[in-house]
Amino acid sequence: MVSTPQVVGDTLPGADLNAPLLEVEDLKVEFRVRGKRVPAVRSASFTLERGRTLAVVGESGSGKSVTSQAVMGILDSPPAYITGGEVRLQGVDLLKQNEETRRTVRGNHIAIVFQDALSALNPLWSVGFQIGELFRVHRGTGRAEAKKRAIELLDLVGIPDAKNRVGHYPHQFSGGMRQRVMIAMALALDPEVLIADEPTTALDVTVQAQIMRLLKSIQEERHMGLILITHDLGVVADVADDVAVMYAGEVVERAGIRDAFKRPAHPYSKALLRAIPRVDTLGQELEVIAGLPPNPASLPTGCPFHPRCKAAEDRCAEEAPPLAAVAEGHTSRCHFAMEVYRDER
Amino acid sequence: MNAELGQADSATEPVLEATDLVKHFPIQRGIVVKRTVGRVQAVDGVDLRLHAGQTLGVVGESGCGKSTLAKLLVGLETPTSGSIKVLGREIGNLSSRRIRPVRRDIQLVFQDPYTSLNPRMTVGDIIGEPFEIHPNVVPKRERAGEVKDLLDMVGLSPDHINRYPHQFSGGQRQRIGIARALALRPQVLVCDEPVSALDVSIQGQVINLLKRLQAELGLAYVFIAHDLSVVRHIADEVAVMYLGKVVERGTGPQIYDHPRHPYTQALLSAVPVPDPDLRGHREEIILQGDVPSPINPPSGCRFRTRCWKAEEQCAEVVPTLQVGDNGTHPTACFFAEERDVTHAVK
Ligand SMILES: Nc1ncnc2c1ncn2[C@@H]1O[C@H](COP(=O)(O)OP(=O)(O)OP(=O)(O)O)[C@@H](O)[C@H]1O
Ligand SMILES: Nc1ncnc2c1ncn2[C@@H]1O[C@H](COP(=O)(O)OP(=O)(O)O)[C@@H](O)[C@H]1O
Ligand code: SF4
Ligand code: SF4
Ligand SMILES: [Mg+2]
Ligand SMILES: [Mg+2]
Repeated sequence: MVSTPQVVGDTLPGADLNAPLLEVEDLKVEFRVRGKRVPAVRSASFTLERGRTLAVVGESGSGKSVTSQAVMGILDSPPAYITGGEVRLQGVDLLKQNEETRRTVRGNHIAIVFQDALSALNPLWSVGFQIGELFRVHRGTGRAEAKKRAIELLDLVGIPDAKNRVGHYPHQFSGGMRQRVMIAMALALDPEVLIADEPTTALDVTVQAQIMRLLKSIQEERHMGLILITHDLGVVADVADDVAVMYAGEVVERAGIRDAFKRPAHPYSKALLRAIPRVDTLGQELEVIAGLPPNPASLPTGCPFHPRCKAAEDRCAEEAPPLAAVAEGHTSRCHFAMEVYRDER
Repeated sequence: MNAELGQADSATEPVLEATDLVKHFPIQRGIVVKRTVGRVQAVDGVDLRLHAGQTLGVVGESGCGKSTLAKLLVGLETPTSGSIKVLGREIGNLSSRRIRPVRRDIQLVFQDPYTSLNPRMTVGDIIGEPFEIHPNVVPKRERAGEVKDLLDMVGLSPDHINRYPHQFSGGQRQRIGIARALALRPQVLVCDEPVSALDVSIQGQVINLLKRLQAELGLAYVFIAHDLSVVRHIADEVAVMYLGKVVERGTGPQIYDHPRHPYTQALLSAVPVPDPDLRGHREEIILQGDVPSPINPPSGCRFRTRCWKAEEQCAEVVPTLQVGDNGTHPTACFFAEERDVTHAVK
């Protein structure tokens, strides 16, 4: 393996460079709205190593964004409350740190790129100013130097004519270019972990290809850990090393990329793979997953997938299945995980 | 005309035919005296034909004119020039009052199930609304029953007739939109990105519903989408659009397995395939930059600013859809050449 990451700026106190880069364990987040508790994330667990890409997939509402916001420490509380679990960055549980430390972690160690770049950027400031601001605030860099660094970054993410574009405002960029600006901002402080939450969902497919290639090459160059949140299994197959599948606020399956596609061990993942049309084959009838994703405010009993699951049996409506290993590095939250894995169910 | 003749006609004649269809939106400046300072060339010379029971897929990137084309076809926009025939009747130049009876035969299913339904109307009123506009189709006392039949047809419970749109999920709302479009028993449905806003597991439900309805009712579809995988799955023929023009047209296998236009090739190569074993084994064409503005599109071939094959001629002459020497499908490129970018090659 290639050596340790560059930790520029503030090193995280107590960091253990031999620990996994980022470990999320049994994370729980709930929203408290009008006296009601809505468990948006009920158990999220995954591990991200340096230089690797972890894809988090799932339908809308499954808890992907809330999980990533909890990792970043940018959830508004109220209404959101983290009610359990750990988020360990190089062995340090971020959930136990004070706000000042967390502020240092944001940007310096973990950065995020959102789907909607336009609303994530400030419309009133030039993109150069917004990038430069990061250097000024976090590094005490002077104005001229900060601007120079901003130009370098815009250049790095493939904005043509960066010298002139640095003074432009977000609305003056196309969707794809704005996403590049977002990526430049995320990279500014050289984080070890980059979270990309549906970074290309709003973009055209040819622009998506540009952005994914950019993310991938920067990740490899900097040996970053990348968490790619997406619902596009094609993108996952193209870039991920590991996969975590979320359903109803839980990570229901974790596997290496090949196993995730070739030997799914959870009925939901398996059905999802058969429900998507492919561009390279003329599909048969698409497999339909009956019913709807559940509402977190009123989850089904037992296994939350049971009303839609073709493999369900009586006990599924009563007992919630535990997370069980089916192979090295491959776990599934299903009573019949092993049978599904062996394609016997 | 006797019945037999009519039937024979409908078997061979297209249910929908557009010829040299153009829609330019003037861009106006000035507050008191408006003057036109330019034109958005949203649709610029599109030809298409669609037969009963068939699906024509229209693909292309954002802003290439897909929704404008959809609105033209159903009469929600008036073409700048060109002709649209529905069941042989010209609608391109009709006034909105005279379009009405023809409009019955061609209906639109909207892209966004979240905003296209009036939140203050019940599902029954939404689906039954076309009967108010075309009062002769179904007598008043039969309308409630008809609406329940439509709900059943699209896989929703007829008991939900008094609910409001917000009480339904995205996929269910799209079914409501489809039921409304079917109310007048049209022959053609124009579906503008009908599944783009839906989750993967729900997309399949709606696609299978559309396929079942087509088989049962003999409907013809214009299926507009930016997702090429979905279109491959549902379309018999495909038209690829770029900046208001169709650049390539053919059957599913022709477009997907034997694409000839550089843009089609770039588009297909950019679609990821959900199979990790193919990683690095498919051709990768990464286009530079974004789609240019349709306000002042590039001269000659509109794709030339992003095309790796462009030569001088491309900036001067507009390429038209031409079949190749050996009778291949129509492609608008001077240097059209088949290249398989969809499947693994290495
Ligand atoms: N009423 C209008 N006035 C002026 N310009 C318009 C109007 N409607 C559409 N346009 C422009 O025409 C072009 C084509 O728009 P259209 O909505 O047809 O694209 P589209 O292919 O459906 O895109 P998308 O994939 O984003 O839905 C765009 O540049 C759009 O901004
Ligand atoms: N601010 C909020 N208040 C209440 N519920 C929320 C809020 N943000 C998200 N949720 C709920 O949390 C669940 C998970 O949301 P999210 O993580 O955004 O899903 P995903 O990113 O997987 O689409 C959803 O049910 C959503 O409605
Ligand atoms: S536990 Fe039962 S319901 Fe849940 S996924 Fe497994 S088989 Fe299906
Ligand atoms: S006509 Fe020229 S610019 Fe246009 S697609 Fe063909 S080679 Fe490219
Ligand atoms: Mg999200
Ligand atoms: Mg559109």
